[in-house]
Amino acid sequence: MIVAEQKPFEEIAKMVEIFDKVLILGCNECVTVCLSGGEKEVGVLATSLRLYRKQGDRPITTVEETLVRQCEWEYLDEIEKLVEDVDCIISMACGVGVQFVAERFPDKWVIPALDTKCAGGAVEHGLWEERCGMCGECILHKTGGVCPVARCSKRILNGPCGGSQNGKCEVKDVDCIWDQIYKRMMALGRMDQLMEIELEKDWSKARDGGPRKMSREEVMIGE
Amino acid sequence: MSENKSRLQTLFEQGEFVVTGEIGPPKSASGAGIREHAKHLSGYCDATNLTDNQTAIVRLSSIASGVHVLQAGGEPIVQMTCRDRNRIAIQSDLLGAYSLGIKNLLCLSGDHQSFGNHPTSANVFDVDSLQLIRMVKRMRDEKVFACGEEIKKDEPRFFIGAVANPFADPFEVRVYRMEKKINAGAQFFQTQIIFDLERFDRFMELARERGLHERSYIMAGVMPVKSAKVAGYMKKFVSGMAVPDDMIERLKKAEDQQAEAVEICVEQIKYLKNVKGVKGVHIMAVGWEEIVPTIVEKAGLLPRPQVPGLAQVAG
Repeated sequence: MIVAEQKPFEEIAKMVEIFDKVLILGCNECVTVCLSGGEKEVGVLATSLRLYRKQGDRPITTVEETLVRQCEWEYLDEIEKLVEDVDCIISMACGVGVQFVAERFPDKWVIPALDTKCAGGAVEHGLWEERCGMCGECILHKTGGVCPVARCSKRILNGPCGGSQNGKCEVKDVDCIWDQIYKRMMALGRMDQLMEIELEKDWSKARDGGPRKMSREEVMIGE
Repeated sequence: MSENKSRLQTLFEQGEFVVTGEIGPPKSASGAGIREHAKHLSGYCDATNLTDNQTAIVRLSSIASGVHVLQAGGEPIVQMTCRDRNRIAIQSDLLGAYSLGIKNLLCLSGDHQSFGNHPTSANVFDVDSLQLIRMVKRMRDEKVFACGEEIKKDEPRFFIGAVANPFADPFEVRVYRMEKKINAGAQFFQTQIIFDLERFDRFMELARERGLHERSYIMAGVMPVKSAKVAGYMKKFVSGMAVPDDMIERLKKAEDQQAEAVEICVEQIKYLKNVKGVKGVHIMAVGWEEIVPTIVEKAGLLPRPQVPGLAQVAG
């Protein structure tokens, strides 16, 4: 899932200071699961904004709505009427959702309420961690199912570097993922595989190659 | 082509116990200090490392620093990290460095930028240190760029170095990684600063078991630690370094901590010189370069050897 975190309230309030009627739009997918942009968070943000603006003598009207997904046109169609009536839209989705909203409603000002952080998951209640670096060419079969691209601070493919100590990275509060990769490969009897030099990665398949696309011709609907 | 060999490589091949030093380039646009240090180390060190923006702090470039060392009559070992350049910039800089007379290259990952004075910068890590070593070797031996395209003439012919940290974890993996670096093309190693001699012994034992001491020149890294305060600081803040408490205690108790620091370093060098498979010592006295001649002398490493056909140069 995509993990995102709400921006500080003051920043959001600042971004909408010139608007008097806003649509606060939640998303029922990833950001609901990571407790940052679902129906509940929409409600809290709306209440906070109204209170804050009332104190500042410039009341704001909030409209609340949460979609199944913001990253799909058909769900965005549902809010066409709501959108007409507001000055701006605060999207509480990830960066994908924000852009779909902006593209679907080109004459509306759209504001992101979240900072999109990573592709990851909850490792325990209240703690989400990055797992995938979205490099475009998965190598998890070579590293025991543990990703160095996303989880090594230096995305080293032939690790661990000299900064690994007691399972910790030289970078503060980061686990050394190569420590985990080695332990796992050793336990699985696959050390030989790690002795092979992993060659330079083809980063053109990652973001370095420019924005990426994926297509499935068999499901495309011809004009 | 032996005439292309670096002085450093020649000394190793002659079976000399090699001594190298290290100069941390300044945070300014003057090479005067580097040249001064290089002259100061002349006759005491066979070659000198020039660090590449160490601890991710912006400094005069390691290649330019290497040229200053050359101008001062010294033998530079230029450090190259993977943190700040992609494979295009690295190869370009390698061509440039070699064209300016640099012949020794030390390949490293590089400290993470979060340690330095630009923690909000992007990091590159397009290639890692293993891939960098292999790239430099292929440029030299196969005359190709990383992409496979032929280098039609004047390929860079570096003597390739790498680092090994016997004090990082997991312990066993350190020797495997060293072997991997040799397989990639590393010809000599400089280790992380050694304080824990016992652990280093175990490391070398594993390295010898795998024959790594016969496939590469291993230099033991040492550092004179000026005071108990500095030792305590290093223990706390420098990553990948094991500073034993008894060394800190010994410094603390000493009447003259600097003299004691020299004494400790000399003892370590004498010990390391006798560890089977250790072919030299790398003295990292960053910030205290002026003490290096004293240490080299007291450790009984003088006079430094000559290379036939080459003028007496050092630094």
